[in-house]
Amino acid sequence: MNLNVQNLGFAHGRTATLEGINATFEAGRFSVILGPNGAGKSTLLACLAGLRKPNRGAAKLGDEDITAMPAPTRAKRIGLLPQGAETHWAISSEALVALGRTPHMRGAGTSADDRRAISAAMSATATEGFAHRPVTQLSGGERARVLLARVLAGEPEWILADEPLTNLDPGFQLDILHLLRQQAEAGKGVIAVLHDLQYAVRFADHLVLLHAGRIFAQGSVDDVITPANLAYVYGIDANLFKDEEGAVQLFIKGKVRP
Amino acid sequence: MNNRTLTALLLLLTLAAFLLSLMAGKVWIWPNSWAADNADGWIFLELRLPRAVLGLCIGAVLGLSGAVLQGYLRNPLADPTVLGVSASAALGGVGAIYTGLNLLPFGLFTCAMLGAGLSILLLLVISRGGGTMGFILGGMVLSTLAGALTAFVISIAPNPFAASEIINWLMGALTDRLMADVWTALPFMALGVALLLSTGRALDALTLGENGAKSLGINLFRLQWVIVLGVGLAVGASVAVSGVVGFVGLIVPHVIRSFYGEQPSRILVPSALGGAILTLTADSLVRLIPGPGEMRLGIAMAVLGAPFFLLLLLRYRKGAA
Repeated sequence: MNLNVQNLGFAHGRTATLEGINATFEAGRFSVILGPNGAGKSTLLACLAGLRKPNRGAAKLGDEDITAMPAPTRAKRIGLLPQGAETHWAISSEALVALGRTPHMRGAGTSADDRRAISAAMSATATEGFAHRPVTQLSGGERARVLLARVLAGEPEWILADEPLTNLDPGFQLDILHLLRQQAEAGKGVIAVLHDLQYAVRFADHLVLLHAGRIFAQGSVDDVITPANLAYVYGIDANLFKDEEGAVQLFIKGKVRP
Repeated sequence: MNNRTLTALLLLLTLAAFLLSLMAGKVWIWPNSWAADNADGWIFLELRLPRAVLGLCIGAVLGLSGAVLQGYLRNPLADPTVLGVSASAALGGVGAIYTGLNLLPFGLFTCAMLGAGLSILLLLVISRGGGTMGFILGGMVLSTLAGALTAFVISIAPNPFAASEIINWLMGALTDRLMADVWTALPFMALGVALLLSTGRALDALTLGENGAKSLGINLFRLQWVIVLGVGLAVGASVAVSGVVGFVGLIVPHVIRSFYGEQPSRILVPSALGGAILTLTADSLVRLIPGPGEMRLGIAMAVLGAPFFLLLLLRYRKGAA
């Protein structure tokens, strides 16, 4: 089952944010949406998560329109890690992870299934150690993992992450990327909005590069991350080379001279 | 202590506060004369019983509404007055006293409920699709407007007696209420409470912010309707029978949180019980203060509430530092 958008257009107020977007995201792959600030990355992700209704075209899961799906059904199949690591109230990490079961819950309390999913999600993210600590007392890296565990606890087919690396140090950033990578390898569809080109080059199977509300390029790393594309979209002068292990590396030299 | 023990304790305390409210006053009425065929029995049936039942219901409604609104707005300083429903219901009541409609049976109650109902409709129109920000601003506009109109009505009162009657009612009290008042207000409060108690899971999901909640399948638009209707009906009815009693909705959820933790769904029922305990106790105390007349419940609550709230704030700041 893939997640796809056809001729999607989204306008909020008077500014057109997205126009003529055609893209297909496959399950079992780590897809990354790239683009400069204001290009419409988060909006596209919100349309894919069913949080925003496109003005034109549609975002579909297989051949089902996402905005036409009942909200709990959609929530069971598509999990979203929103931008900004927002949490309110000093609830325990475990209680926060349990929120991921919301679309599955009926009546009061948690079922055996819920408890199994919660503990699986916490062990996958190595967060059991602070299950009973309030989320407000966690470090940024710990909290990021708890929030990701919350998404995993819902056992969605799709994991959408909006800038999941913001405010994390490189070690924690790699933790999150490896976790997302693992989920893709386990057969889930993973789509992340990232700003870091180096990580995109190293971790992504599939890239979508947005520029001013349109798709500028999409495909494999080799197709999308080219010096010419980066110069045009970001205005940066970047070199690509293969390291001694044969992996593609990106080096940003500076801004493109006009 | 786990939550179940705590809740059992709260239930016991509620019962104790209810019994205290039945007995306490210038004349203490002990259980052996509750059914007596004399003045004490009459005071019990006609004065104490309705007053205690109202205290219980109003306190529960205010505590619950405060807990729901703080959870919904993710702001521990929110209380039932933020929606402007109290102010609008009060305006309706004041209008009734000014025009003399309060002399008709249920005249004051009907006018106050109309005020509350109108504010619910306006609030839903103003904040349509605007998320919590539109909601807060809409409530603020309504509160200010209703407050100004209330002041206007007082200023054009035909004589000092009318003005003083209005001001007295506004201060909030449970004195001289009848069982008829209880039966009129109860259905609205019950419906409101049922609506508010249904919001627990959605409030929990809002811990992750609006996008997080939406991605978990929560319909925020529906949630807003449920909360506006629930608070509108419950608080509207409580203002209609007792005037504006402040601070309960603000303080009680704070105290409950320090025992039950901060998960919004877990504090709903305990906040209702806590509100009932606080209101019943305060209303018993105002009867016991010696001197002619009686301190108004609304004033007593503010006198008790403000320093208590200050203490809470100081403790929070110490905790944050």
